[in-house]
Amino acid sequence: MSRAASPKAERTRRVLDEARGVRAMVWIIAIMLFLTVLGAALGLATRNAASALEGELTGRATVQIVATDPARQAAQATEALAMLRGLPEVRAVQAVDREELAALLKPWMGTDGADPDLPVPAMIDLDLATESPAALARVRSALRQVAPDARVDAQEAWMAPVADFLDLVVLIAAVLVLLLAAATAAVVVLAARAGLDAHRHTIEVMHMLGSTDVQVARLFQRRIARDAAIGAAIGSLAAIGMLLLVNAQAAELGSQLLGQASLGPSGWAALAMLPIAFVLLAALAARFTITRALETVL
Amino acid sequence: MANIVQFENVGLRYGNGPETLSDISFALAPGSFYFLTGASGAGKTSLLRLLYLNQRPSRGIIRLFGEDAVTMPRSRLPGFRRRIGVVFQDFRLVPHLSAADNVALPLRIAGMPEAEIAEPVSEMLAWVGLAEQADAKPETLSGGEQQRVAIARAVIARPEMLVADEPTGNVDPEMAERLLLLFDSLNRLGTTVVVATHDIHLMQQVPGAQMMRLVKGKLQDPTGTLRHPPAREPA
Repeated sequence: MSRAASPKAERTRRVLDEARGVRAMVWIIAIMLFLTVLGAALGLATRNAASALEGELTGRATVQIVATDPARQAAQATEALAMLRGLPEVRAVQAVDREELAALLKPWMGTDGADPDLPVPAMIDLDLATESPAALARVRSALRQVAPDARVDAQEAWMAPVADFLDLVVLIAAVLVLLLAAATAAVVVLAARAGLDAHRHTIEVMHMLGSTDVQVARLFQRRIARDAAIGAAIGSLAAIGMLLLVNAQAAELGSQLLGQASLGPSGWAALAMLPIAFVLLAALAARFTITRALETVL
Repeated sequence: MANIVQFENVGLRYGNGPETLSDISFALAPGSFYFLTGASGAGKTSLLRLLYLNQRPSRGIIRLFGEDAVTMPRSRLPGFRRRIGVVFQDFRLVPHLSAADNVALPLRIAGMPEAEIAEPVSEMLAWVGLAEQADAKPETLSGGEQQRVAIARAVIARPEMLVADEPTGNVDPEMAERLLLLFDSLNRLGTTVVVATHDIHLMQQVPGAQMMRLVKGKLQDPTGTLRHPPAREPA
Protein backbone atom coordinates (compact mmCIF):
# COMPACT_ATOMS: atom_id res chain seq x y z
CA MET A 1 0.00 0.00 0.00
CA SER A 2 2.15 2.77 -1.34
CA ARG A 3 -0.14 5.49 0.01
CA ALA A 4 0.91 4.50 3.52
CA ALA A 5 4.28 6.08 2.91
CA SER A 6 3.11 9.40 1.49
CA PRO A 7 2.81 12.52 3.65
CA LYS A 8 -0.79 12.92 2.53
CA ALA A 9 -1.60 9.42 3.79
CA GLU A 10 0.26 10.23 7.00
CA ARG A 11 -1.99 13.25 7.50
CA THR A 12 -5.19 11.38 6.75
CA ARG A 13 -4.47 8.59 9.19
CA ARG A 14 -4.08 10.93 12.15
CA VAL A 15 -6.56 9.69 14.65
CA LEU A 16 -7.47 13.18 15.85
CA ASP A 17 -9.19 15.23 13.22
CA GLU A 18 -6.73 18.00 12.35
CA ALA A 19 -9.36 20.09 10.64
CA ARG A 20 -11.56 20.48 13.70
CA GLY A 21 -11.53 23.63 15.70
CA VAL A 22 -9.71 26.91 15.17
CA ARG A 23 -6.13 26.71 16.32
CA ALA A 24 -6.48 29.70 18.61
CA MET A 25 -3.89 28.20 20.91
CA VAL A 26 -1.11 28.98 18.44
CA TRP A 27 -1.85 32.69 18.71
CA ILE A 28 -2.42 32.64 22.45
CA ILE A 29 0.92 30.92 22.98
CA ALA A 30 2.54 33.40 20.57
CA ILE A 31 1.25 36.34 22.64
CA MET A 32 2.30 34.61 25.89
CA LEU A 33 5.81 34.00 24.59
CA PHE A 34 6.07 37.53 23.23
CA LEU A 35 5.27 38.93 26.67
CA THR A 36 7.38 36.35 28.48
CA VAL A 37 10.47 37.00 26.37
CA LEU A 38 10.09 40.76 26.88
CA GLY A 39 9.55 40.28 30.62
CA ALA A 40 12.51 37.95 30.92
CA ALA A 41 14.67 40.33 28.87
CA LEU A 42 13.74 43.18 31.20
CA GLY A 43 14.63 41.07 34.22
CA LEU A 44 17.91 39.79 32.79
CA ALA A 45 19.05 43.21 31.55
CA THR A 46 18.18 44.81 34.87
CA ARG A 47 20.01 42.07 36.72
CA ASN A 48 23.07 42.66 34.52
CA ALA A 49 22.86 46.41 35.16
CA ALA A 50 22.55 45.81 38.91
CA SER A 51 25.55 43.47 38.83
CA ALA A 52 27.63 46.00 36.87
CA LEU A 53 26.67 48.78 39.27
CA GLU A 54 27.51 46.63 42.26
CA GLY A 55 30.85 45.70 40.66
CA GLU A 56 31.69 49.34 40.11
CA LEU A 57 30.75 50.56 43.58
CA THR A 58 31.78 47.69 45.77
CA GLY A 59 35.01 48.43 47.61
CA ARG A 60 34.94 52.12 46.76
CA ALA A 61 34.61 54.95 49.25
CA THR A 62 34.77 58.75 49.28
CA VAL A 63 36.47 60.84 51.94
CA GLN A 64 35.01 64.31 52.51
CA ILE A 65 36.85 66.83 54.60
CA VAL A 66 34.74 69.81 55.58
CA ALA A 67 36.35 72.51 57.72
CA THR A 68 35.34 76.13 58.13
CA ASP A 69 38.95 77.19 57.76
CA PRO A 70 40.10 76.48 54.18
CA ALA A 71 43.75 76.25 55.28
CA ARG A 72 42.90 73.67 57.96
CA GLN A 73 40.84 71.77 55.38
CA ALA A 74 43.70 71.75 52.86
CA ALA A 75 46.20 70.66 55.48
CA GLN A 76 43.99 67.80 56.65
CA ALA A 77 43.46 66.76 53.04
CA THR A 78 47.17 66.62 52.33
CA GLU A 79 47.90 64.63 55.49
CA ALA A 80 44.97 62.29 54.86
CA LEU A 81 46.14 61.67 51.30
CA ALA A 82 49.63 60.78 52.46
CA MET A 83 48.39 58.59 55.30
CA LEU A 84 45.86 56.73 53.10
CA ARG A 85 48.56 55.87 50.52
CA GLY A 86 50.39 53.99 53.25
CA LEU A 87 47.42 51.99 54.54
CA PRO A 88 47.34 48.28 53.54
CA GLU A 89 43.52 48.42 53.41
CA VAL A 90 43.69 50.98 50.59
CA ARG A 91 44.58 49.90 47.07
CA ALA A 92 44.36 53.27 45.32
CA VAL A 93 43.84 56.88 46.35
CA GLN A 94 42.80 59.73 44.10
CA ALA A 95 42.20 63.29 45.24
CA VAL A 96 39.31 64.96 43.45
CA ASP A 97 40.69 68.27 42.29
CA ARG A 98 38.86 71.58 42.33
CA GLU A 99 38.12 71.47 38.58
CA GLU A 100 36.43 68.07 38.82
CA LEU A 101 34.34 69.30 41.73
CA ALA A 102 33.33 72.38 39.75
CA ALA A 103 32.29 70.10 36.87
CA LEU A 104 30.20 67.97 39.27
CA LEU A 105 28.51 71.09 40.65
CA LYS A 106 27.91 72.68 37.26
CA PRO A 107 24.47 71.09 36.62
CA TRP A 108 23.17 72.66 39.83
CA MET A 109 25.23 75.81 40.23
CA GLY A 110 26.37 76.65 36.74
CA THR A 111 29.61 78.58 36.51
CA ASP A 112 29.26 79.65 40.17
CA GLY A 113 30.55 76.23 41.11
CA ALA A 114 33.97 77.24 39.79
CA ASP A 115 34.13 80.30 42.08
CA PRO A 116 37.32 79.84 44.13
CA ASP A 117 35.61 81.52 47.12
CA LEU A 118 32.85 78.94 47.15
CA PRO A 119 33.38 76.67 50.14
CA VAL A 120 33.44 73.10 48.85
CA PRO A 121 34.70 70.05 50.73
CA ALA A 122 38.00 68.41 49.91
CA MET A 123 37.27 65.02 48.45
CA ILE A 124 39.36 61.88 48.04
CA ASP A 125 38.28 58.73 46.16
CA LEU A 126 39.42 55.42 47.64
CA ASP A 127 39.67 51.92 46.21
CA LEU A 128 39.73 49.54 49.14
CA ALA A 129 41.85 46.41 48.98
CA THR A 130 39.16 44.44 50.76
CA GLU A 131 35.39 44.92 50.83
CA SER A 132 34.90 44.14 54.50
CA PRO A 133 33.24 46.66 56.86
CA ALA A 134 36.18 46.04 59.22
CA ALA A 135 38.61 47.44 56.63
CA LEU A 136 36.45 50.54 56.22
CA ALA A 137 36.33 50.93 59.99
CA ARG A 138 40.15 50.78 60.18
CA VAL A 139 40.38 53.44 57.45
CA ARG A 140 37.97 55.69 59.39
CA SER A 141 39.95 55.17 62.57
CA ALA A 142 43.26 55.99 60.90
CA LEU A 143 41.78 59.09 59.22
CA ARG A 144 40.46 60.41 62.52
CA GLN A 145 44.09 60.70 63.70
CA VAL A 146 45.19 63.02 60.87
CA ALA A 147 41.92 64.60 59.71
CA PRO A 148 39.38 65.01 62.50
CA ASP A 149 36.98 66.79 60.10
CA ALA A 150 36.94 63.86 57.62
CA ARG A 151 33.91 61.74 56.86
CA VAL A 152 34.18 58.42 54.99
CA ASP A 153 31.20 57.21 52.90
CA ALA A 154 31.09 53.84 51.19
CA GLN A 155 29.78 54.49 47.65
CA GLU A 156 27.82 51.26 47.88
CA ALA A 157 25.75 52.77 50.68
CA TRP A 158 24.83 55.81 48.54
CA MET A 159 23.62 53.57 45.74
CA ALA A 160 21.79 51.09 47.97
CA PRO A 161 18.32 52.52 47.12
CA VAL A 162 19.12 52.27 43.40
CA ALA A 163 20.35 48.69 43.83
CA ASP A 164 17.21 47.86 45.82
CA PHE A 165 15.07 49.33 43.07
CA LEU A 166 16.87 47.30 40.41
CA ASP A 167 16.42 44.16 42.53
CA LEU A 168 12.70 44.94 42.74
CA VAL A 169 12.49 45.27 38.96
CA VAL A 170 14.23 41.88 38.59
CA LEU A 171 11.77 40.35 41.07
CA ILE A 172 8.78 41.83 39.25
CA ALA A 173 10.11 40.47 35.94
CA ALA A 174 10.59 37.01 37.47
CA VAL A 175 7.04 37.04 38.87
CA LEU A 176 5.76 38.16 35.47
CA VAL A 177 7.51 35.27 33.72
CA LEU A 178 6.15 32.78 36.27
CA LEU A 179 2.61 34.16 35.94
CA LEU A 180 2.79 33.95 32.16
CA ALA A 181 4.05 30.36 32.42
CA ALA A 182 1.13 29.54 34.73
CA ALA A 183 -1.31 31.24 32.35
CA THR A 184 0.14 29.27 29.44
CA ALA A 185 -0.30 26.02 31.35
CA ALA A 186 -3.90 27.03 32.11
CA VAL A 187 -4.54 27.74 28.42
CA VAL A 188 -3.14 24.33 27.52
CA VAL A 189 -5.31 22.64 30.14
CA LEU A 190 -8.41 24.35 28.71
CA ALA A 191 -7.38 23.47 25.14
CA ALA A 192 -6.76 19.85 26.12
CA ARG A 193 -10.15 19.61 27.82
CA ALA A 194 -11.86 21.16 24.82
CA GLY A 195 -9.99 18.69 22.61
CA LEU A 196 -11.18 15.82 24.75
CA ASP A 197 -14.78 16.95 24.36
CA ALA A 198 -14.41 17.47 20.62
CA HIS A 199 -12.87 14.03 20.12
CA ARG A 200 -14.85 12.08 22.73
CA HIS A 201 -16.32 9.75 20.12
CA THR A 202 -12.90 8.89 18.68
CA ILE A 203 -11.41 8.38 22.13
CA GLU A 204 -14.24 6.02 23.12
CA VAL A 205 -13.59 3.97 20.01
CA MET A 206 -9.86 3.90 20.71
CA HIS A 207 -10.48 2.76 24.27
CA MET A 208 -12.75 -0.03 23.10
CA LEU A 209 -10.06 -1.15 20.65
CA GLY A 210 -7.57 -1.44 23.50
CA SER A 211 -5.87 1.92 23.45
CA THR A 212 -4.17 2.92 26.70
CA ASP A 213 -4.55 6.32 28.34
CA VAL A 214 -0.94 7.06 27.48
CA GLN A 215 -1.57 6.35 23.80
CA VAL A 216 -4.54 8.73 23.77
CA ALA A 217 -2.66 11.34 25.79
CA ARG A 218 0.28 11.10 23.41
CA LEU A 219 -1.98 12.07 20.48
CA PHE A 220 -3.08 15.24 22.26
CA GLN A 221 0.39 15.90 23.63
CA ARG A 222 1.93 15.75 20.15
CA ARG A 223 -0.71 18.01 18.68
CA ILE A 224 -0.58 20.57 21.49
CA ALA A 225 3.22 20.54 21.53
CA ARG A 226 3.25 21.24 17.80
CA ASP A 227 0.78 24.13 18.17
CA ALA A 228 2.78 25.45 21.12
CA ALA A 229 6.02 25.21 19.13
CA ILE A 230 4.54 27.22 16.25
CA GLY A 231 3.13 29.82 18.65
CA ALA A 232 6.36 29.94 20.66
CA ALA A 233 8.42 30.49 17.52
CA ILE A 234 6.17 33.32 16.33
CA GLY A 235 6.04 35.03 19.74
CA SER A 236 9.74 34.63 20.48
CA LEU A 237 10.88 35.88 17.10
CA ALA A 238 8.62 38.92 17.37
CA ALA A 239 9.93 39.68 20.87
CA ILE A 240 13.56 39.20 19.86
CA GLY A 241 13.02 41.49 16.88
CA MET A 242 11.63 44.13 19.20
CA LEU A 243 14.54 43.69 21.62
CA LEU A 244 17.07 44.13 18.82
CA LEU A 245 15.30 47.33 17.80
CA VAL A 246 15.34 48.63 21.39
CA ASN A 247 18.97 47.58 21.71
CA ALA A 248 19.91 49.52 18.59
CA GLN A 249 18.09 52.65 19.79
CA ALA A 250 19.68 52.38 23.26
CA ALA A 251 23.12 52.12 21.66
CA GLU A 252 22.45 55.36 19.77
CA LEU A 253 21.66 57.13 23.06
CA GLY A 254 25.12 56.24 24.35
CA SER A 255 23.84 56.04 27.93
CA GLN A 256 26.22 54.34 30.34
CA LEU A 257 23.38 52.85 32.42
CA LEU A 258 21.55 51.54 29.33
CA GLY A 259 24.83 50.10 28.07
CA GLN A 260 25.19 48.15 31.28
CA ALA A 261 21.62 46.90 30.93
CA SER A 262 22.49 44.76 27.92
CA LEU A 263 21.54 41.07 27.89
CA GLY A 264 24.94 39.55 27.17
CA PRO A 265 25.45 36.09 25.63
CA SER A 266 24.06 34.24 28.67
CA GLY A 267 20.95 36.44 28.62
CA TRP A 268 20.29 35.76 24.94
CA ALA A 269 20.85 32.05 25.57
CA ALA A 270 18.35 32.14 28.44
CA LEU A 271 15.80 33.87 26.19
CA ALA A 272 16.38 31.24 23.51
CA MET A 273 15.58 28.54 26.07
CA LEU A 274 12.20 30.08 26.94
CA PRO A 275 10.25 28.81 23.89
CA ILE A 276 11.69 25.33 24.42
CA ALA A 277 10.70 25.44 28.08
CA PHE A 278 7.18 26.62 27.19
CA VAL A 279 6.71 23.86 24.61
CA LEU A 280 7.80 21.29 27.20
CA LEU A 281 5.46 22.88 29.73
CA ALA A 282 2.58 22.74 27.25
CA ALA A 283 3.27 19.09 26.41
CA LEU A 284 3.44 18.10 30.08
CA ALA A 285 0.30 20.07 30.96
CA ALA A 286 -1.55 18.39 28.07
CA ARG A 287 -0.41 14.92 29.08
CA PHE A 288 -1.32 15.49 32.73
CA THR A 289 -4.76 16.90 31.84
CA ILE A 290 -5.65 14.12 29.42
CA THR A 291 -4.48 11.24 31.62
CA ARG A 292 -6.31 12.71 34.62
CA ALA A 293 -9.50 13.14 32.59
CA LEU A 294 -9.31 9.63 31.14
CA GLU A 295 -8.93 8.10 34.59
CA THR A 296 -12.55 9.02 35.25
CA VAL A 297 -13.85 6.77 32.44
CA LEU A 298 -13.65 2.99 32.23
CA MET B 1 -10.37 -26.46 28.52
CA ALA B 2 -11.19 -23.51 30.85
CA ASN B 3 -14.11 -21.33 29.90
CA ILE B 4 -13.19 -18.11 28.14
CA VAL B 5 -16.06 -16.26 29.84
CA GLN B 6 -17.87 -17.02 33.06
CA PHE B 7 -20.74 -14.98 34.52
CA GLU B 8 -22.05 -15.80 37.98
CA ASN B 9 -25.18 -14.07 39.30
CA VAL B 10 -24.32 -10.91 37.44
CA GLY B 11 -26.60 -7.93 37.80
CA LEU B 12 -26.39 -4.56 36.08
CA ARG B 13 -28.15 -1.42 37.13
CA TYR B 14 -27.71 2.03 35.57
CA GLY B 15 -27.75 4.67 38.29
CA ASN B 16 -30.60 4.13 40.73
CA GLY B 17 -32.89 2.54 38.16
CA PRO B 18 -34.13 -1.05 38.12
CA GLU B 19 -31.76 -3.85 37.16
CA THR B 20 -31.27 -4.06 33.41
CA LEU B 21 -29.72 -7.48 33.82
CA SER B 22 -30.50 -9.82 36.73
CA ASP B 23 -28.88 -13.00 37.94
CA ILE B 24 -27.06 -13.72 34.72
CA SER B 25 -25.02 -16.89 34.93
CA PHE B 26 -23.41 -18.65 32.00
CA ALA B 27 -20.07 -19.81 30.68
CA LEU B 28 -18.67 -19.64 27.17
CA ALA B 29 -16.22 -22.26 25.96
CA PRO B 30 -13.23 -21.18 23.89
CA GLY B 31 -13.75 -21.67 20.18
CA SER B 32 -17.54 -21.81 20.39
CA PHE B 33 -20.19 -19.85 18.54
CA TYR B 34 -23.10 -18.24 20.37
CA PHE B 35 -26.10 -16.26 19.28
CA LEU B 36 -27.61 -13.87 21.76
CA THR B 37 -31.21 -13.13 21.07
CA GLY B 38 -34.12 -11.42 22.76
CA ALA B 39 -36.64 -8.68 22.21
CA SER B 40 -35.59 -5.05 21.96
CA GLY B 41 -34.85 -3.76 25.43
CA ALA B 42 -34.22 -7.23 26.82
CA GLY B 43 -30.63 -6.25 27.69
CA LYS B 44 -28.64 -7.71 24.80
CA THR B 45 -26.48 -4.62 24.30
CA SER B 46 -25.92 -4.30 28.07
CA LEU B 47 -24.77 -7.91 28.24
CA LEU B 48 -22.43 -7.34 25.31
CA ARG B 49 -21.03 -4.21 27.00
CA LEU B 50 -20.15 -6.32 30.01
CA LEU B 51 -18.50 -8.82 27.68
CA TYR B 52 -16.33 -6.28 25.93
CA LEU B 53 -15.39 -4.50 29.17
CA ASN B 54 -17.23 -1.29 28.46
CA GLN B 55 -19.16 -1.60 31.70
CA ARG B 56 -18.59 -3.10 35.13
CA PRO B 57 -21.50 -5.07 36.65
CA SER B 58 -23.36 -3.83 39.73
CA ARG B 59 -23.00 -7.24 41.30
CA GLY B 60 -21.84 -10.76 40.60
CA ILE B 61 -18.67 -12.28 39.23
CA ILE B 62 -17.33 -12.06 35.70
CA ARG B 63 -14.27 -14.02 34.74
CA LEU B 64 -12.75 -13.25 31.36
CA PHE B 65 -9.85 -15.25 29.94
CA GLY B 66 -9.52 -16.80 33.38
CA GLU B 67 -9.24 -13.52 35.28
CA ASP B 68 -11.62 -11.54 37.44
CA ALA B 69 -12.91 -8.77 35.19
CA VAL B 70 -14.91 -7.04 37.94
CA THR B 71 -12.03 -6.05 40.18
CA MET B 72 -9.42 -5.93 37.43
CA PRO B 73 -7.44 -2.67 37.68
CA ARG B 74 -8.29 -0.15 35.01
CA SER B 75 -4.71 -0.18 33.75
CA ARG B 76 -5.09 -3.82 32.67
CA LEU B 77 -8.27 -3.33 30.68
CA PRO B 78 -6.59 -2.23 27.39
CA GLY B 79 -4.63 -5.49 27.22
CA PHE B 80 -7.83 -7.48 27.62
CA ARG B 81 -9.77 -5.33 25.18
CA ARG B 82 -7.17 -6.06 22.51
CA ARG B 83 -8.11 -9.72 22.83
CA ILE B 84 -11.75 -8.91 22.04
CA GLY B 85 -13.07 -7.75 18.68
CA VAL B 86 -16.25 -5.68 18.83
CA VAL B 87 -18.76 -4.86 16.11
CA PHE B 88 -20.90 -2.05 17.44
CA GLN B 89 -24.51 -1.71 16.44
CA ASP B 90 -23.87 1.91 15.41
CA PHE B 91 -20.51 0.98 13.75
CA ARG B 92 -18.52 3.67 15.61
CA LEU B 93 -16.14 4.32 12.77
CA VAL B 94 -13.76 7.25 13.15
CA PRO B 95 -15.36 9.72 10.72
CA HIS B 96 -12.26 11.47 9.39
CA LEU B 97 -10.28 8.27 8.79
CA SER B 98 -10.53 6.32 5.56
CA ALA B 99 -12.00 2.82 5.52
CA ALA B 100 -8.47 1.38 5.40
CA ASP B 101 -7.28 3.48 8.30
CA ASN B 102 -10.34 2.57 10.34
CA VAL B 103 -9.62 -1.09 9.73
CA ALA B 104 -5.94 -0.58 10.54
CA LEU B 105 -6.69 1.15 13.85
CA PRO B 106 -6.55 -1.96 16.11
CA LEU B 107 -3.21 -2.95 14.56
CA ARG B 108 -1.77 0.53 15.08
CA ILE B 109 -3.04 0.60 18.66
CA ALA B 110 -1.43 -2.78 19.22
CA GLY B 111 1.85 -1.29 18.00
CA MET B 112 2.24 -3.29 14.79
CA PRO B 113 4.99 -1.85 12.55
CA GLU B 114 3.55 0.32 9.80
CA ALA B 115 5.14 -1.80 7.06
CA GLU B 116 3.21 -4.87 8.23
CA ILE B 117 -0.19 -3.21 8.36
CA ALA B 118 -0.99 -2.57 4.71
CA GLU B 119 -1.26 -6.18 3.57
CA PRO B 120 -3.71 -7.53 6.16
CA VAL B 121 -5.81 -4.38 5.82
CA SER B 122 -6.05 -4.82 2.05
CA GLU B 123 -6.91 -8.49 2.44
CA MET B 124 -9.56 -7.77 5.02
CA LEU B 125 -11.15 -5.03 2.94
CA ALA B 126 -11.17 -7.36 -0.06
CA TRP B 127 -12.83 -10.04 2.07
CA VAL B 128 -15.66 -7.75 3.06
CA GLY B 129 -15.93 -6.54 -0.54
CA LEU B 130 -14.61 -3.04 0.01
CA ALA B 131 -11.22 -3.18 -1.72
CA GLU B 132 -12.26 -0.34 -4.03
CA GLN B 133 -13.40 1.83 -1.14
CA ALA B 134 -10.18 1.65 0.88
CA ASP B 135 -9.67 5.40 0.73
CA ALA B 136 -13.30 6.34 1.22
CA LYS B 137 -14.37 8.18 4.35
CA PRO B 138 -17.24 6.61 6.31
CA GLU B 139 -19.65 9.43 5.44
CA THR B 140 -19.36 8.48 1.75
CA LEU B 141 -20.16 4.81 2.44
CA SER B 142 -23.63 3.28 2.72
CA GLY B 143 -24.84 1.85 6.03
CA GLY B 144 -24.05 -1.66 4.89
CA GLU B 145 -20.57 -0.66 3.74
CA GLN B 146 -19.89 1.06 7.05
CA GLN B 147 -21.00 -2.08 8.84
CA ARG B 148 -18.57 -4.14 6.78
CA VAL B 149 -15.74 -1.74 7.64
CA ALA B 150 -16.71 -2.10 11.32
CA ILE B 151 -16.63 -5.89 11.00
CA ALA B 152 -13.27 -5.81 9.23
CA ARG B 153 -11.92 -3.61 12.02
CA ALA B 154 -13.24 -6.02 14.65
CA VAL B 155 -11.65 -9.11 13.17
CA ILE B 156 -8.40 -7.83 11.69
CA ALA B 157 -6.37 -8.42 14.84
CA ARG B 158 -7.60 -12.03 15.08
CA PRO B 159 -9.26 -11.55 18.48
CA GLU B 160 -9.74 -14.45 20.88
CA MET B 161 -13.35 -13.42 21.23
CA LEU B 162 -15.56 -11.56 18.79
CA VAL B 163 -18.62 -9.73 20.10
CA ALA B 164 -21.01 -8.41 17.48
CA ASP B 165 -24.16 -6.41 18.07
CA GLU B 166 -26.60 -6.89 15.19
CA PRO B 167 -23.73 -7.17 12.68
CA THR B 168 -25.90 -7.93 9.69
CA GLY B 169 -28.69 -5.49 10.40
CA ASN B 170 -27.79 -3.16 7.55
CA VAL B 171 -26.60 -5.53 4.84
CA ASP B 172 -28.44 -7.51 2.20
CA PRO B 173 -29.00 -11.26 2.73
CA GLU B 174 -26.14 -12.18 0.43
CA MET B 175 -23.66 -9.99 2.28
CA ALA B 176 -25.08 -11.15 5.63
CA GLU B 177 -24.33 -14.72 4.61
CA ARG B 178 -20.84 -13.75 3.52
CA LEU B 179 -20.14 -11.96 6.78
CA LEU B 180 -21.44 -14.90 8.74
CA LEU B 181 -19.06 -17.07 6.75
CA LEU B 182 -16.26 -14.75 7.87
CA PHE B 183 -17.33 -15.13 11.50
CA ASP B 184 -17.57 -18.88 11.04
CA SER B 185 -14.07 -19.00 9.52
CA LEU B 186 -12.73 -17.00 12.40
CA ASN B 187 -14.54 -19.29 14.82
CA ARG B 188 -13.00 -22.34 13.18
CA LEU B 189 -9.60 -20.78 13.76
CA GLY B 190 -10.39 -20.73 17.48
CA THR B 191 -12.12 -17.39 18.08
CA THR B 192 -15.12 -17.49 20.37
CA VAL B 193 -17.94 -15.63 18.65
CA VAL B 194 -20.94 -14.00 20.30
CA VAL B 195 -23.45 -12.46 17.91
CA ALA B 196 -26.51 -10.56 19.09
CA THR B 197 -29.22 -10.81 16.47
CA HIS B 198 -32.93 -11.08 15.81
CA ASP B 199 -32.35 -12.91 12.54
CA ILE B 200 -33.57 -16.51 12.90
CA HIS B 201 -32.41 -17.28 9.36
CA LEU B 202 -28.90 -16.23 10.29
CA MET B 203 -28.90 -18.47 13.37
CA GLN B 204 -29.90 -21.45 11.30
CA GLN B 205 -26.82 -21.08 9.14
CA VAL B 206 -24.44 -21.99 11.94
CA PRO B 207 -25.61 -25.41 13.02
CA GLY B 208 -23.08 -25.86 15.80
CA ALA B 209 -23.92 -22.54 17.43
CA GLN B 210 -25.68 -22.25 20.76
CA MET B 211 -28.31 -19.73 21.64
CA MET B 212 -28.63 -17.44 24.62
CA ARG B 213 -31.98 -15.80 25.01
CA LEU B 214 -32.59 -12.76 27.13
CA VAL B 215 -36.07 -12.03 28.43
CA LYS B 216 -36.50 -8.84 30.44
CA GLY B 217 -32.92 -8.87 31.62
CA LYS B 218 -32.85 -12.54 32.58
CA LEU B 219 -31.07 -15.25 30.67
CA GLN B 220 -33.17 -18.21 29.53
CA ASP B 221 -31.11 -21.36 29.52
CA PRO B 222 -33.61 -24.20 29.69
CA THR B 223 -31.13 -26.83 28.54
CA GLY B 224 -28.38 -25.79 30.93
CA THR B 225 -25.80 -26.11 28.18
CA LEU B 226 -24.61 -22.54 28.64
CA ARG B 227 -23.33 -23.46 32.08
CA HIS B 228 -21.37 -26.40 30.66
CA PRO B 229 -20.76 -25.34 27.10
CA PRO B 230 -19.38 -27.89 24.67
CA ALA B 231 -16.29 -26.52 22.96
CA ARG B 232 -16.26 -26.53 19.21
CA GLU B 233 -13.03 -28.08 17.95
CA PRO B 234 -11.08 -25.72 15.72
CA ALA B 235 -10.71 -26.96 12.16
